[in-house]
Amino acid sequence: MLGRLTVEALPFYSWVAMGGAAVTVGGGIAVFLLITWLRAWKVLWTDWLTSVDHKKIGIMYVVLALVMLVRGFVDALMMRAQQAFSLNSEGYLPPEHFEQIFSSHGTIMIFFVAMPFLTGLINIIVPQQIGARDVAFPFLNSVSLWMTAAGAALVLISLVVGKFSQAGWTGYPPYSGVEYSPGVGVDYWLWALITSGVGSTLSGINFIVTIVKNRCPGMTFMRMPMFTWTTLCISILIAFSFPALTVVAGQLTLDRTLGFHFFTNGDGGNMMMFANLLWIWGHPEVYILILPAFGIFSEVVATFSRKRLFGYTSLVYATACIALLSFTVWLHHFFTMGSSANVNAIFGIATMIIAVPTGVKIFDWLFTMYKGRIEFHPSMVYTIGFMVTFVIGGVTGVLLALPPADYLMHNSTFLVAHFHNMLIPGALFGYFAGLNYWFPKAFGFKLDTKWGIRSFWCWIIGFYLAFMPLYVLGFKGMSRRMEHYADPTWQPYLIVAAIGALFVLCGIACIAIQLYVSARKWGSARDITGDPWNGRTLEWATSSPPAPYNFAVLPEVTDIDAFHDMKILGQAYQPPQHYEDIVMPKNTWIGPALGALAFALGFAFVWYIWWLVALCFVLSLVCVGIRASDDNSEFVLPAAEVARIERERLAQISPADMHDMHDYVPRGAASGAPLTGTV
Amino acid sequence: MNHSAERSLSTYLTGFVLAVLLTAIPFALVWGGLLAGSAVYAVIAVAAVLQVIVHLVFFLHIDLKSTPAENLFFLAFAAVLIFIMVGGSLWIMMDLHHRMQ
Repeated sequence: MLGRLTVEALPFYSWVAMGGAAVTVGGGIAVFLLITWLRAWKVLWTDWLTSVDHKKIGIMYVVLALVMLVRGFVDALMMRAQQAFSLNSEGYLPPEHFEQIFSSHGTIMIFFVAMPFLTGLINIIVPQQIGARDVAFPFLNSVSLWMTAAGAALVLISLVVGKFSQAGWTGYPPYSGVEYSPGVGVDYWLWALITSGVGSTLSGINFIVTIVKNRCPGMTFMRMPMFTWTTLCISILIAFSFPALTVVAGQLTLDRTLGFHFFTNGDGGNMMMFANLLWIWGHPEVYILILPAFGIFSEVVATFSRKRLFGYTSLVYATACIALLSFTVWLHHFFTMGSSANVNAIFGIATMIIAVPTGVKIFDWLFTMYKGRIEFHPSMVYTIGFMVTFVIGGVTGVLLALPPADYLMHNSTFLVAHFHNMLIPGALFGYFAGLNYWFPKAFGFKLDTKWGIRSFWCWIIGFYLAFMPLYVLGFKGMSRRMEHYADPTWQPYLIVAAIGALFVLCGIACIAIQLYVSARKWGSARDITGDPWNGRTLEWATSSPPAPYNFAVLPEVTDIDAFHDMKILGQAYQPPQHYEDIVMPKNTWIGPALGALAFALGFAFVWYIWWLVALCFVLSLVCVGIRASDDNSEFVLPAAEVARIERERLAQISPADMHDMHDYVPRGAASGAPLTGTV
Repeated sequence: MNHSAERSLSTYLTGFVLAVLLTAIPFALVWGGLLAGSAVYAVIAVAAVLQVIVHLVFFLHIDLKSTPAENLFFLAFAAVLIFIMVGGSLWIMMDLHHRMQ
């Protein structure tokens, strides 16, 4: 009846595991009680969970990412604590528990922090940047969100029922095969990946179509804001690379569940193919995480330097180059697998070439700042911190791109330091910059800058303290994922790294305080114009938070920095000649239902509860059938209602709220008018 | 209207016949043991690629004239990526195979 699920799956075997389970269950109960106490269930369901509005879906993605960031960071803290103490001793974590922790840390941070964070920011902003009223497929967007949430829920429940994978976040066979990992851990990992992978693939397709088809009049490809460009590029990467992940995870599932031999030791299996297929997805994935952050940095650096982005065209081409090249370097993740010198050399050279367009971007941002009037808003501070720190990671990356050097440093903490050096400043700092930059757009009030700056300093100091020692330890020969060690000269470095993790903990606490403090003084930091930073791109033309339809009348664009031009020409905040009826998608319960069914399906597969697998499969098909035969999925927002909302908004804006654009009016050669003294 | 409907029916039928043929050939070769060694792999690979082209032309109605340039560009891009992924994987795995002997 319950497959291999018995009462022994509950974590009564160790105090640490029980603690983790208690925190997870306790957190769930606390959230449940809070919502009940606020009597918010109905609002939550009708306004949020069933919503197909891209802005609300985006906010839910970011909330999911922040919750999972805390969960993934607790894993990091536990690893740092273990290694700080475990010189010639067992520390406080048994090996099998330590292995689960580093596996879940990587899985969570990549799939359930970085992916939802960037998808959330893209959801909130990109339709507004291209002057669209919604994404191309609003319902599909809701399905994507709930598939991702279902994957996250599978990882979370593995803490309470059963165990998580011990095979690392990459789960290489044969260790992750059924012969060496017979438990449920690897299955949890696989189903979390497959479920959330479906969500990511659908998001990618959705944003390709949105950006290609839904741009407002005049918005040619070469007038799209940089963040939209990076989104288009990563959506293409997602659409082409995630199928590889789905296939490889599906093959390993067949191996484990139905006794196939894709990756087994014997019977014609080839485990090297697993590494190959995993990294065909895995390397584009690195750029899927980093390119949107590059887009955010581009927007932030232009806005807070008060200048047009330097070298827009070169940034576009650099982004496109990186996107294509990201498909040509995957072997550098397994240089040591035994390929011949020619193969390694080609992939090593391709890897070094990728550093060139990335360097172009760094220079473009520096030149944007050059002679700009820089304002040290938290998002700008994160951007500057990124530029300095990311270059270090880039240099160590080029070092690792040399196959001979890689042979010495592979699988060491040098590698760990390198990829954290790319992903924390490169991706996460970008998302935090985006959080500070676009928060007023999503919620209508600004975030507290003081706590924003504090969180930045805690993060960057914590980052350097936590990962610079790991570079040194890598040179000293420490391999990654060590539960305990015997070399006393390593311990001081590991203690410094643990202190760094404590600084990062303060950084996360500062973000929590920042959110709390800002919410407390909501009224005083209200964003009335919808343009708190004197922004340049179209998302600042809408109200904050935007009306459900974003734009009452679709804007027309003649150049990049469309909203900046509108403000200079006095076209911003002008009521249009007339309003029109707007067709909007209706909310639907099918998205959350499909998510819940995907979660149950994954859970049933993990525990071999076959009747539940069949039931969930059939119910999913029923849901799809109901949706497909629903001809009444849209409603019309009448022009009178649109006019009321818009008039109310414009009535609140007084000229005193608007930014003084006199300093920005082009003069001299930039104005296009003939210069004095020339004929 | 009637004319174009007839034409599209004949297009679909041509496509269907070609698709069946391209499926039957590899099956026949393997089942009947008509060819051996790497020649079988070559024929199957060629038949598979032709199969993809048949689907694109006869079922998805993609041709160089009437399909928008944007779509052709994305299709070409997809072809490049598939070439990189499949070709790269074959190269890497063949190389490993060679070194294991």
